[in-house]
Amino acid sequence: MRALTAALAATLVLAACGSSGSTPDTTMPAVTHRIVSLSPTATEMLYAIGAGDQVVAVDSLSTYPTEVADKVTMMSAYEPSVEAIIGYTPDVVLISNDMNKITEQLQSISSQKITVWTGAAAATLDDVYKQITELGALTGHDKDASTLIESMKSRIAKATEKVSAPMSAQSYFYELDNTLYSVTSNTFVGALLKPFGFTNIADGVEVGNDYPQLNAEAIVKANPSVVFLADTKCCATNTAEVAKRPGWAGIDAVKNGHVVELDDDVASRWGPRVVDLVEQFAAAIAAASK
Amino acid sequence: MNKRGASRWWIPAAGMALACSLLLGLMIGPAGPTWWRVPLELLNRLPFFSVHSGLTPTDWSIVSQIRAPRVVLAAIVGSTLSIAGASYQGVFRNPLVDPYLLGVAAGAGLGATIVITINRSGTSSWIIDPLPMIAFGGGLIAVLVTYLVGTTGKGERSSTSLVLAGVAVTSLATAAQTFLLQRNSDVVRQVYSWILGRLSSATWGDVRLVLPYVVFSTVVLLLHRRLLDVLRVGDEEATALGVNVSRVRLVVVIAATLGTASVVAVSGLIGFVGIIVPHAVRLVVGTSYRLVLPISLLFGAAFLILADIPGRVLDNPAETPIGVVTAFLGAPFFLLILRTRKNER
Repeated sequence: MRALTAALAATLVLAACGSSGSTPDTTMPAVTHRIVSLSPTATEMLYAIGAGDQVVAVDSLSTYPTEVADKVTMMSAYEPSVEAIIGYTPDVVLISNDMNKITEQLQSISSQKITVWTGAAAATLDDVYKQITELGALTGHDKDASTLIESMKSRIAKATEKVSAPMSAQSYFYELDNTLYSVTSNTFVGALLKPFGFTNIADGVEVGNDYPQLNAEAIVKANPSVVFLADTKCCATNTAEVAKRPGWAGIDAVKNGHVVELDDDVASRWGPRVVDLVEQFAAAIAAASK
Repeated sequence: MNKRGASRWWIPAAGMALACSLLLGLMIGPAGPTWWRVPLELLNRLPFFSVHSGLTPTDWSIVSQIRAPRVVLAAIVGSTLSIAGASYQGVFRNPLVDPYLLGVAAGAGLGATIVITINRSGTSSWIIDPLPMIAFGGGLIAVLVTYLVGTTGKGERSSTSLVLAGVAVTSLATAAQTFLLQRNSDVVRQVYSWILGRLSSATWGDVRLVLPYVVFSTVVLLLHRRLLDVLRVGDEEATALGVNVSRVRLVVVIAATLGTASVVAVSGLIGFVGIIVPHAVRLVVGTSYRLVLPISLLFGAAFLILADIPGRVLDNPAETPIGVVTAFLGAPFFLLILRTRKNER
């Protein structure tokens, strides 16, 4: 939180300097940075607001969009090495959490001033919009950021309005990996699915256990109308494999063809592609409600 | 109490305990039919019996396809870890030894990590899933290395150096695994979910996969139960009695490792069972391996079946990890036995 405040303050100062003495220049960004991103989500956000050219290096998992390919390094988003980061002489470093006191280390070691921006895992869509706005301000792409947010909001509104009445009698199962870990409605993804009105079969576990491992019997018994597979990349699950699992052939989602294969990366990040995810949810729920 | 008279009843009693746990394991679950309908349906499925149990096809598929393989696998894993633990403790004459001692677990973990990091998505759809195979191979290789490095010493020294070699090989395999994970941080979650004990995703395929190895290992170990009793007197004395100590040790270690590696390959690491069950059995029936091995086998199976039940019903519809339950149930149970036996003396 302190890092975030510091980053915001720095941004305000920078923005103030950039626009001093004249009206804000809208054609050219007031500032250009050398950004190292250790957050795949932040990388996606930067490219989506057109700030990709300020990126000098990203972590090993920041593989989207394709333009970032030649900037992908072996740097780990989980255990970032301060020396490796400084090697790219950045003035802005983006992280998703400050596990290893990376902020403190960066600021104490480097002679150059480094702004560390932390974009923690979003809990709501508002968090996503807030992070995009902040990155817009940081990179001088405020306008692109607000355009992006507007388009995201309108696409999400469109996707959610398609599904009319709440159908709490029907339920869904959201699979995180092939050992049946799932999410409750208290998670970011669970919250995205909530407006569609289907019951999440993982709800009802003990409070705080928001990524529970579900019991195979309980899933068959709950008979979900839709199954979302957020483990197609990690664990190579697919519709055919799911149908072959013992007891699953009788589940409505399998019988009626409402097993939805998601992209793990899209489903586990909170970047601009979250809209694609919501649209996939909407299509699946609409199909299952018929 | 007359020990001789009582000992005749231990094996049938443990067998009954196992039968009851099997039935209980099949009856209790978070979903499926009401518990008392399951035994009726089982009766109904026997030849010459016809009982109306009121089970729906869904209920039956939950019991037969999801719950039954899990119960059977729990029995296999529990019995194998217990008998392997008891045998290891016998050949090393060390009460603190568990079946993972010589590096089986670390080797299997490294094998699994290699498969997952190289290309999990490509391999899981193969006709024969290479993951348990390579985990199994990794476990065996680790123990082989331990044995080659650790048996240069003679006699009494050799069992100590073997244990030390096991510690070193375990560290080496763990280090290699950590290094791989560091370079492939996207699979960390999958590897850990593999390593942490799990019976939750058991299928009949898993049972079929491990059964041949487990049966072979169990038979070999049971055949050596008298020799393990002789080893208790010490290597030199056992040699004087005509036992080829190093051969017995080698065969027992190979058999126990084979069984352990195969169950680790399908269920990950389930701690506590291999060390606590044999000791609990010793406290109750005495130290003779002629009883300790078969009773550990039966009792270990019953213990893990029972330990797995709370895991699936406590936080319905979620799972509670099996390792948590074995420790929670096992530790107080063990302390209880320890205390009551002390008082009797």
